Amino acid sequence: MTNLIEYLQARLKAVVTICFVVLAGVAASSLLVDTGHAHTWVEQHVPFFWSFFGFSAAAVIIGVARWLGGSGIQAPVDFYEVSNSTPCEEE
Amino acid sequence: MASSFIHPSLLLILGALLLPFIQGPLRKPYLFLVPLLALGAVVLNTTLTGNFATVLFLDWQLVFGRIDKLTTVFALIMALMAVIGTLYGLHVDRAGEHMAAWIYAAGSLGTIYSGDYLSLFFFWEMMAFSSAFLVWFRRRKQSLSVGYRYLLIHTIGGIVLLAGILLRYQAVGNITFELMDIAHPELYTWLIMIGFGLNAAMVPLHSWLPEAYSEASFNGAVFLCAFTTKTAVYTLARACAGMDILVVLGVIMALYGVIYAVMENDIRKLLAWSIVSQVGYMVAGIGIGTDLAINGAVAHAVVHILYKSLLFMGTGAVLYMTGKTKFTELGGLYRKMPATFFFTIIGCLSISAAPGFAAYVSKSMIIGAGFESHLNWASWLLMFGATGTFMYNGLKLPYFLFFGPNNCSAATWKKAGDPTWNMLIAMTLGATLCVLVGIAPGFLYAMLPYTMNYNPYTAYHLLETLQLLGFATLAFFLLKKYVEPVDRICLDIDWLYRQAGGGFLWLVKGPLQWCDTAWGEAYRVVGLSSLMTLSRFWSWFDWHAIDGVVDGIARSVRGLGGKVRVLQSGHIQMTLYYAFSLAAILFVTFIFFQLL
Repeated sequence: MTNLIEYLQARLKAVVTICFVVLAGVAASSLLVDTGHAHTWVEQHVPFFWSFFGFSAAAVIIGVARWLGGSGIQAPVDFYEVSNSTPCEEE
Repeated sequence: MASSFIHPSLLLILGALLLPFIQGPLRKPYLFLVPLLALGAVVLNTTLTGNFATVLFLDWQLVFGRIDKLTTVFALIMALMAVIGTLYGLHVDRAGEHMAAWIYAAGSLGTIYSGDYLSLFFFWEMMAFSSAFLVWFRRRKQSLSVGYRYLLIHTIGGIVLLAGILLRYQAVGNITFELMDIAHPELYTWLIMIGFGLNAAMVPLHSWLPEAYSEASFNGAVFLCAFTTKTAVYTLARACAGMDILVVLGVIMALYGVIYAVMENDIRKLLAWSIVSQVGYMVAGIGIGTDLAINGAVAHAVVHILYKSLLFMGTGAVLYMTGKTKFTELGGLYRKMPATFFFTIIGCLSISAAPGFAAYVSKSMIIGAGFESHLNWASWLLMFGATGTFMYNGLKLPYFLFFGPNNCSAATWKKAGDPTWNMLIAMTLGATLCVLVGIAPGFLYAMLPYTMNYNPYTAYHLLETLQLLGFATLAFFLLKKYVEPVDRICLDIDWLYRQAGGGFLWLVKGPLQWCDTAWGEAYRVVGLSSLMTLSRFWSWFDWHAIDGVVDGIARSVRGLGGKVRVLQSGHIQMTLYYAFSLAAILFVTFIFFQLL
């Protein structure tokens, strides 16, 4: 398996191209599939709906996580050790 | 029939108690045999239906063996997990760790088989106390405090649950563990739901999970990830199915876990956040409450145990071999740990609901049930969360752990390698089951509580999933630099109760200590001084009044005695002289009074 991965890594450009082709194929196939099983109107009437949904959901999640991390949720690894050790040091 | 019920918890507890006495070459076969016997007992129990092992205790009928379809499916997966988990840690020498794990599994199975709240509570607490040891056995400096925090939170949850049970008994008059009247919820309904919900890591009662599971020992985490939350899911499905609030809480859990997992730098904490998120799907399914939703929640619990334990085994192998768990200290490990990489990838695909893998056959049931129940907002948000799950678990975890920048130190890289044979076999077993359930879900569907005809492999569902995964992958690789792990921790709601704890400490050390000191000083100045003055007065009074009277009498008697003593000269002529003189005085006096 290691060899296979290294073989593919050596041909990264070709692998990426194939992935794009497959992705386009999947998106195109969605136009042909019967949407009778779809639960909502948008699924039935917006072409490539799930492609847009997947991309935008991932982008939004990354954006929100990045924003939250930057707004103070992500703290130094010794955050609690420092706040816990303060009273002891005073002693 | 009643005699054929074998309680698997009894086997596990007895096995755990005997374990320290089994030494040497017999230890490993014994370790494998005991959970296997428990699994065998559960399999035998699947042929039964009804209440077994009933005991009359005071006025209550305790039911240790309530068996129906819901019980059976959960008991089977828990017992199977006990086998896989023990196999994974077979080489661990510490008997105590195996004992804790088995008693923990016994608590879970006991809860699942309980037909009344009293025995349920007993097994519930057994789970809480035994599982804390799986954190402590990591034996790091912080393991002790993390384990205590875990235990403290679960003790609080246990008290809330007990309060609910007692209030329910007062109101209803029985302790039967059954579906509550959710249409007319009382205080006890909420308390019981919160008690169960804490173990299911419902936001905002979830902080114990990421902290404890990421701190547990490498094999302890494999047990932890399976039992507590899924046992709680079982209890919620049994008692609270259809409670609307659970839909809201489930959706919040699903999204909350996703966001934190995306930010996380610790591989096992990422998986712990993922549990919060995935259990959110189950909780939402229970809240929706339709047959399809309950089936979906149960099926998702089963497959979740399979793939999550596989993922914890994969990351546990990394921890076991390298001693590291941070993305910022790992990377590029596929070269050194190819087998671990392979099994972890299967776990990643399974949790991502990729076609052919475990969660593909379960997650869509819950989301579909939401749409069918016209809870479109919930289903859309769960779909949104599912995309996030794929991104952090299907892409971020394998990319930054096995590919991506190699952050390993020379020592870490040298130590990296595939783990022991038993760990690999356990991972093989887990991975095989993940694929089997994914490609042939029929046997899982047959075990679910409600009969249904559900086919996840429709062309529409397949293409929907492929589009979702494919374009989320595209977004991930385009925006990869924004999710690159950084060596920081994520502050969570535990910050609040840590602050509350700090505030309490400040209150004790500050104002309360000041009051105590001031009171002590006031007592010393006012109380002690007046007490001393009073004491001195009483001392004086005692000496001069009480003792004066007593001593005065004594002194008078002594003085008189001294005076009278001279009469006792010992000479007979003197004695006769005093006697006749006294007699003469008495005689003269008598005559004198007669003459008057």
